[in-house]
Amino acid sequence: MSSKSPPIVNYIVRRLIFLVFSLFLASISLFVLLRILPGDPANALLSVGATPEQIAAAQHKVGSDLPLLQQFGKWIGQLLSFQMGDSLISNAPVGREILSRLSVTVPLTLTAFAIAVALAIPFGFIAAYKAKTWYGSILNSVSQLGMAVPVFWVGVILVFVFALRLRVLPAGGFPPGGWGDLAGAIRALSLPVITIVLVMSASLIRYVRSATLDVLNSDYLRTSRALGSSFMEAMWRHGLRNAASPVISILGIELATTFVGAVVVESVFALPGLGSFLVRGISQHDYPVVQGVLFISTLAVLTIGFLADLIQRFIDPRLSRSLTGQIS
Amino acid sequence: MMNKNRKHLGHLALALTLALGLAACSSSSTSSTAVASSTDATINIGSLYEPQNLDNTGGGGQGVTEALNGNVYEGLFSLADSGKVENLLATDTKISADGLTYTFTIRDNVKFHSGKALTSADVKYSIEKVTAEKSQSARKSSFAMIKSIATPDDKTVVVTLSSKSISFVYNLSYIWVINSSAADITATEDGTGPYALTDWKRGSTLTLTRFDGYWGTPAKNKVVVFHYFTDATALNNALLTNAVDVVTSEQSPDALAQFKNASYKINNGQSTTKLLLVFNDRVKPFNNSLVRKAITSAIDNKKLLASIWGEYGTLIGSMVPPTDPWYEDLTKVNPYDLTLAKKELTEAGYPNGFTFSLDTPNYDPHPAAAAFIKSELAKVGITVNVNIITADQWYNNVYKKLDYTATMQEHVNDRDVVWYGNPDFYWGYKNAQVTSLINQAEQSDTVQAQADLLKQANQIIVAEAASDWLYLYPQIVVASSSLSGYPVNGLNSQFFAFNITKK
Repeated sequence: MSSKSPPIVNYIVRRLIFLVFSLFLASISLFVLLRILPGDPANALLSVGATPEQIAAAQHKVGSDLPLLQQFGKWIGQLLSFQMGDSLISNAPVGREILSRLSVTVPLTLTAFAIAVALAIPFGFIAAYKAKTWYGSILNSVSQLGMAVPVFWVGVILVFVFALRLRVLPAGGFPPGGWGDLAGAIRALSLPVITIVLVMSASLIRYVRSATLDVLNSDYLRTSRALGSSFMEAMWRHGLRNAASPVISILGIELATTFVGAVVVESVFALPGLGSFLVRGISQHDYPVVQGVLFISTLAVLTIGFLADLIQRFIDPRLSRSLTGQIS
Repeated sequence: MMNKNRKHLGHLALALTLALGLAACSSSSTSSTAVASSTDATINIGSLYEPQNLDNTGGGGQGVTEALNGNVYEGLFSLADSGKVENLLATDTKISADGLTYTFTIRDNVKFHSGKALTSADVKYSIEKVTAEKSQSARKSSFAMIKSIATPDDKTVVVTLSSKSISFVYNLSYIWVINSSAADITATEDGTGPYALTDWKRGSTLTLTRFDGYWGTPAKNKVVVFHYFTDATALNNALLTNAVDVVTSEQSPDALAQFKNASYKINNGQSTTKLLLVFNDRVKPFNNSLVRKAITSAIDNKKLLASIWGEYGTLIGSMVPPTDPWYEDLTKVNPYDLTLAKKELTEAGYPNGFTFSLDTPNYDPHPAAAAFIKSELAKVGITVNVNIITADQWYNNVYKKLDYTATMQEHVNDRDVVWYGNPDFYWGYKNAQVTSLINQAEQSDTVQAQADLLKQANQIIVAEAASDWLYLYPQIVVASSSLSGYPVNGLNSQFFAFNITKK
């Protein structure tokens, strides 16, 4: 069978179509689930003492007095014109607010992720390669402990030590000038980054260790050594790419979950990130905010998964050959 | 190979340490460092109440009053921290003999932040914005008696009422005077106050900068930054590390001990926030005042207050806080007395007690107070099923649908005993005499007459235990010792920043 486009291009196009379709499906599910939940976004605008007329006016303002089908039609129209609408409570454009929040969440998440990966790979390797040594065992135990500790607890301890006692870093907040105050922004994100790094690297070390152990005990590595390769030559040529494949899947999942899961860290450190925006939107039934944030998160998760999949296919010759239909 | 790995790891650790060290050494431009003159200081204020939007008739919430009232927007009158109503944008008030016509003279030479001069048209616009059909203002019902507003010239506003209202001038202190040409003010502002809004980063900070064209005494500081937190501990940490200079309202009583040193001042001011055990007076068993009185006498409010606030807070015995002119201590009307409680329950037909559901908001201090109430009422044979609900569920099911037996809620406003005169209010208290007294009070000719009538009404409300007023919150403002001139009373959530100075 021949195709005009290379197989990899066909694969990418197929995945993109799947991504768009998944996004659309996720958005519809979100719309329905939000409307099923009891509550009314108008309540966030009202106070005790509001008259029935004020209640009706608030419901009309946020559209909660419209029939469900009409709300759905309005929302679909916005979706198809790539608009996220305005917050029902603040009237602020949701898209602009998400961008502002991303300017905190993305650097926080990516920096923590990069450092965690940079730590996890060597430490995970050592924990596997030197599993029978005392320091290998310590690494193993520390990473297990790190996985058990809640992230907010780590944050609270770091605040206590570095902010309240040593006074070297701020306890929380983000500078009013945002990234315009570069030094202030870096200081503000330092403890949150360290918090996420400590917890994320603990679990990543476990995965790297596990993948490395599989490779170390493999027949092909032993065969390669038997054929005269040094340990490093064998690891580089055969072990690394085999170990990388499952680890890349895990890395994709960790990055995606940290993206919105940073809400706990944002609360401890009072950061104006995406997670806290979502939590507030949920508590106020601010549908455009919740829909907008979850749309972005779903897009991020699907995109990260897609990229992880692509990288895996490039690394693993067996997977890349499956694109061409060749039998391995 | 291992040496190479160690080397790479070492480089990484060194880079990380250097980066953190550089960041720690550099000074932050938001910290409260010394400035050339104290009148150019930046005041950092920490708060848990971020505005939802910037329009107090559009659902801006408690936070918008705190940040903008008196700072960015002014009214015809101002409610001072002492509780006194003073002229602000109105320089003179004339009231007709029949009490139905108010003529206000507008102050000269007042400009909005946009540069436009203040005229009577702006005042008319601002009042009508509160009374408009789509207004979400919490004060809207207070102005139901306004019949018409006329502006015979640029400096005069004439308001005609359909019925007398002794509180009218007082209530006007809550109306912001807004530029009538201003568009949507949910994200921008155009007021006459000593500050202009220069930046709002939602979820983070709101920045006010001194307005050089202000008509009155300039603010004693140049920039005010409100820092918003969702967690009380994070807010306290910010104060401990000097990221903020003052906390507008301390909500974490356990945290006060760490501020009891020379670096901070703990101010115990006057609050208007009451914690209530609210009965649905429409339904059994709470349609019987004896049952309500019995429950009130079965709960040791003093112990509850001490367990939550320690040495702070006040027992009130009614809906009226000490700052209201008609306050009197009615704590002995339904005293804590288990024998009395059991007697009243028996008389009411419940000698063996009963069971009821208590819909409890999930935020502090309601769950703790509900647990306390449950254990107290168990002593008189009453079983309480505590049902934890969200704020949204409370508003939907309790306030709108009236689908509850008993609930808990904090009521923030002053002068709100008048709600007991409305039989349709969510607690359903119905007493024709109380309604009549409250209506008469509002139509009094003098404040003294108003106070006397409201005292009479309040005495009946308490005698019938319409609700159980558990305690009055303390108003605790915690500030750095270098700060002065900040307000200490939490009157309706406003927080005037213009007199704050920093040493």
